[in-house]
Amino acid sequence: MIEVDHLSKYYGPVTAIRDLSFSVEQGEVLGFLGPNGAGKTTTMRILTGFMPASSGRAVVAGYDVFAQALEVRQRVGYLPENVPLYREMTVSSYLHFVAEVKGITRRERPRKVGEVMELCGVHEMERRLIGNLSKGYRQRVGLAQALLNDPPVLILDEPTVGLDPRQIIDIRQTIKNLRHNHTVILSTHILPEVSMTCDRVVIINDGQVVAVDTPDNLTERTQPNRSIYLEVQGPEAAVLAHLQSLPGVLTVAKNGANPSGAAVYTLSTTKERDMRADVARAIVQQGWQLLELRAVRLSLEEVFVQLVTEEGEAHA
Amino acid sequence: MRSIYAVFKREVKAYFTLPIAYVMIGGLLFIVGLLYWMSFQFFLRDSFAAMRNPMMASDLDISWMVVSATISTIGVVSVFTLPLLTMRLWAEEKRTGTVELLLTFPLRDSSIVLGKFFAGLAVYMILLLFSLLYPLLAGLYAHLDPGPILAGYLGTLLLGATLFALGFLCSTWTENQIVACAIAWASFLFFWLIGHAADFVGPGLGKLFTQLSFAKHHENFAKGVIETQDVAYFVLFTVFCLFLTLRSIESTRWRG
Repeated sequence: MIEVDHLSKYYGPVTAIRDLSFSVEQGEVLGFLGPNGAGKTTTMRILTGFMPASSGRAVVAGYDVFAQALEVRQRVGYLPENVPLYREMTVSSYLHFVAEVKGITRRERPRKVGEVMELCGVHEMERRLIGNLSKGYRQRVGLAQALLNDPPVLILDEPTVGLDPRQIIDIRQTIKNLRHNHTVILSTHILPEVSMTCDRVVIINDGQVVAVDTPDNLTERTQPNRSIYLEVQGPEAAVLAHLQSLPGVLTVAKNGANPSGAAVYTLSTTKERDMRADVARAIVQQGWQLLELRAVRLSLEEVFVQLVTEEGEAHA
Repeated sequence: MRSIYAVFKREVKAYFTLPIAYVMIGGLLFIVGLLYWMSFQFFLRDSFAAMRNPMMASDLDISWMVVSATISTIGVVSVFTLPLLTMRLWAEEKRTGTVELLLTFPLRDSSIVLGKFFAGLAVYMILLLFSLLYPLLAGLYAHLDPGPILAGYLGTLLLGATLFALGFLCSTWTENQIVACAIAWASFLFFWLIGHAADFVGPGLGKLFTQLSFAKHHENFAKGVIETQDVAYFVLFTVFCLFLTLRSIESTRWRG
């Protein structure tokens, strides 16, 4: 549905993105992840036909974003980062305006505008001036205009930024509901959002793709060993020594204590085998009290930081 | 065509939602009204003088002394005040960021430019319609030939179109409305006054200066004369500015 092929963009001497390539399948939700200034917005602006790339090409819904910009814009719904809307218009008149420029016939307009208002929960704000709306409602109006005329591709630049937790959940749910009929690219800093809403993630840093994968695979890939979190009530030195002696355990570290005084340990074990059962048995056999034991997965935050900093070091 | 109309409608609504159109129409009508009243007073004074001096009576002509003068006045006042209407056309979209959505809607750049241009022109036409009140009032007291008045208004409308196109171009150069206003104002005045400099340069350059001047071309219309070259001047000037505006917007895209 979206093909990005060796895309580069320079602003004078500044390189915004360099040799970017990735693709998005029909019906997929792609998370676009990267630190500030990595080139997320630039890429999105190129894909929406807002501005041309310096080199490379991008195809959206079968049309070249530069040569057939109008066709592309007809098929893309775009929510820019800071949701620029005309403040002096009411929600309803704004959405009618967008419907009109998107080529929805006069007869169809009330129905289609009604639909997106319903979908994005802005019906009760219909007659309000956009300038007087809260950030959350403005965001929803922005999403509503992107959804008008049911474009096959949606490009959402940080759709949940600046919302309260409830609204974030609402918007995420809306995006999830869209995935069947739409291909979605969304950019974000919020990593849990990616694992919750996206099928695949593109991590970019410094204008280049660092990784493309599913959130699960990314976590898997960047984690060299398995890791276990453990809370045990017992003589610390003995516990440490005993755990260390188990085959398959690589390192053991004591990480302070929990509020009730039991010591907390972090074990790093080989990747080949799940060691949780062995560890539990070993502790119980010694007569110590096992309070908690769980596998620790690298969070996407850690994966992200790891990938982004690795990349930075490789450059240096 | 459909998309030009959509942009046009939104833009006209914006002019009247924000107080700017009302302020402009009110302000311009007030100033023109003041000058109209003054020219009427001159006419009255001369009329009284003519009662004692019949030789003067033949020079008295209300359509020349009052109506034509008023139409000239509208031209001058437009040059001073229209930057206030043109400054927002693009600078405002840039400042608020709405340009990003506008340029990603399925609209041709030319539709956006034309829609916005005609919206501005429509506001100006409304303003001109109100100002017709002054010649009509004069018409209550004297028989006026509508031909020259219409010619004068046609010229003023053409002048307005040119000013809007030039002001629109200035507005694409900056995201600060005040700066857009200042640049527009300076260029309007330049093209208005350049004719007056014609006397001080050589005959060749002088002719060029005269031909470039808004004032010289508008003057003929105000007198009630429609000359092809004056019409051509305003139309070409407008088209050229709109073309440059389109180019300027395209370059904004490239620079992002």
